[in-house]
Amino acid sequence: MEGIVLQLIGKRLVQLVPTLFFVSVLIFSLQHLMPGDPALVMAGEERDPVVIEQIRQQYGLDRPIPVQYAMWIGNVLAGDLGESMRLKVPVSELVAQKLPVTIQLAVMAMLIALVLGVTTGVLSAVKRNSAWDWVVNVVGLAGISTPNFWLGIMMILLFAVHLGWLPASGYVSPFEDLGRSLATTIMPAFVLGTAIAGVIMRHTRSAMIQALDSDYVRTARAKGLSERTVVWKHAMRNALTPVITLGALEFGTLLSGAVLTEQIFSIPGFGKLIVDAVFNRDYAVVQGVVLVTATTYIVLNLLADIGYILANPRLRA
Amino acid sequence: MSLATAPGRATPPDADAFVIESPGRRAWRRLRRRPAAMASLVVVLVIVACALLAPWIAPYDPTAQSWSAVRKAPSAAHWLGTDEVGRDVLSRVIWGARASLAAGVISVLIAMAAGIPLGLVAGYVGGWTDAALGRLTDAMLAIPFLILAIALAAFLGPNLTNAMIAIGVTATPIFIRLTRGQVLAARSEEWVEAARAVGNPHWRIALRHVLPNVLPPILVQATLTIATAVIAEASLSFLGLGQQPPMPSWGSMLNSAQRFLAQAPWMAVFPGLAIFVTVLAFNVLGDGLRDALDPRGR
Repeated sequence: MEGIVLQLIGKRLVQLVPTLFFVSVLIFSLQHLMPGDPALVMAGEERDPVVIEQIRQQYGLDRPIPVQYAMWIGNVLAGDLGESMRLKVPVSELVAQKLPVTIQLAVMAMLIALVLGVTTGVLSAVKRNSAWDWVVNVVGLAGISTPNFWLGIMMILLFAVHLGWLPASGYVSPFEDLGRSLATTIMPAFVLGTAIAGVIMRHTRSAMIQALDSDYVRTARAKGLSERTVVWKHAMRNALTPVITLGALEFGTLLSGAVLTEQIFSIPGFGKLIVDAVFNRDYAVVQGVVLVTATTYIVLNLLADIGYILANPRLRA
Repeated sequence: MSLATAPGRATPPDADAFVIESPGRRAWRRLRRRPAAMASLVVVLVIVACALLAPWIAPYDPTAQSWSAVRKAPSAAHWLGTDEVGRDVLSRVIWGARASLAAGVISVLIAMAAGIPLGLVAGYVGGWTDAALGRLTDAMLAIPFLILAIALAAFLGPNLTNAMIAIGVTATPIFIRLTRGQVLAARSEEWVEAARAVGNPHWRIALRHVLPNVLPPILVQATLTIATAVIAEASLSFLGLGQQPPMPSWGSMLNSAQRFLAQAPWMAVFPGLAIFVTVLAFNVLGDGLRDALDPRGR
């Protein structure tokens, strides 16, 4: 059955090409949404017609739009995302600088979300329709409905302003000082993590309920295995597959959430990069960041699908 | 001979039980039995009323500054306190409901106006049209919601109208995909085949026979998407890409509150609470509607 698995993965890879093409067209067209002449916007304060004409030629703005797209995508494929107009640095360099910070935040957030979401989800499935189940559901729904930037502000109010336990903002790299790095990132990671913990909890709960009602769990119980082994070893192993797939998809939510969270906690990551670029009208950076985010998300999606195909025993056997 | 025409048959004891209930009426009856959904419906109506009646119920002008009342804590004169230039927080929260609700509802209407027809076409026509729309939807869904909305709002220019357009465009693929899926399911149903068999034109089948049957899940999705759109508007306004000063919006109020957390925490608490309650209400209402409109339920 190896063949089927490879075929499925191959099919998925082929589907990727048109998606990536459309993503690139979308991102390229963003700059044509701008009211007015992009060359004038790029020139900023500069009003000298010679300079503006030079910009127009340099970026190919005087050429037909399909040619402009071809030039742009050619550069992108060669790893050239353009140059930040404000910082005069290649966008790819900025991305490489800021991405690790956001990845650190996202990984911490994902760990928090999985621990919170999976344990509460499993417990509320086991104690279905109990008071505990009700409380977990209400808290989960409240978590989904809380704007995470407000949660961030409230946490700063409590832990930094009132209790003084944690710094309100700033960032220290883990390679510099691990303790301080954790102190500066724990609040934003928690804020980001809770945003998806609710979603993970809901999915874990329904997957676990399904698993607990299945025949193999009944068999395991009939064999006389302890309830603990049945729940945590037998049921959970099967219930977790969809949850892990979901986790990969939720990385997109984390990247979205990072935009505001990094803004609130003044963390110099990917999210702050895009916001600063938006306000400085540094459009090449905005396009570059959106492109990298979308590509990362698509690749994660692909990995999740491949993981799902590989984990499915019906296809593997 | 059927029972109904049997001679001398007595009227059934509960004649009403035989009357066919309209789907809308049945959904409403089922929704009414859910206390959480009804409570959230009431909350939504209260927020809508606040937004509509803002000029009459707000105690102060939401933009009136008062240098003698800068950052005053909640009191009898100002129930929710005042902000950094002495504006009444309660009045601004009430007026802020306008921006939030308008953004929530209008952006979802934009998404539905674009997404439902495209989804109908994709599902009904199939073939290349469907494949092209499918890849476009994939591409848009591949860009995280808020990042796409920020990028669109940034390129369109910062104001509330553009924020609504940005959120609406970003939410469109959700409706394309949902409508398409529903249409594919409905297409093979007997009533659609019957409509086709008696010679109805395609547009008539799509609009008269398929569309009404795919509407309930779209209505549920619309309610839940309003919740997402309210958060998105607050996020964009927080970043300065939505409602522009001095007009209030919950997101922009939180932005200025952040600078005075230690001195005036109430400035941050109440607008955030307003967003939370609104979003929660739409989420609970959406969940309730889903259960009430589920044809498998009773």
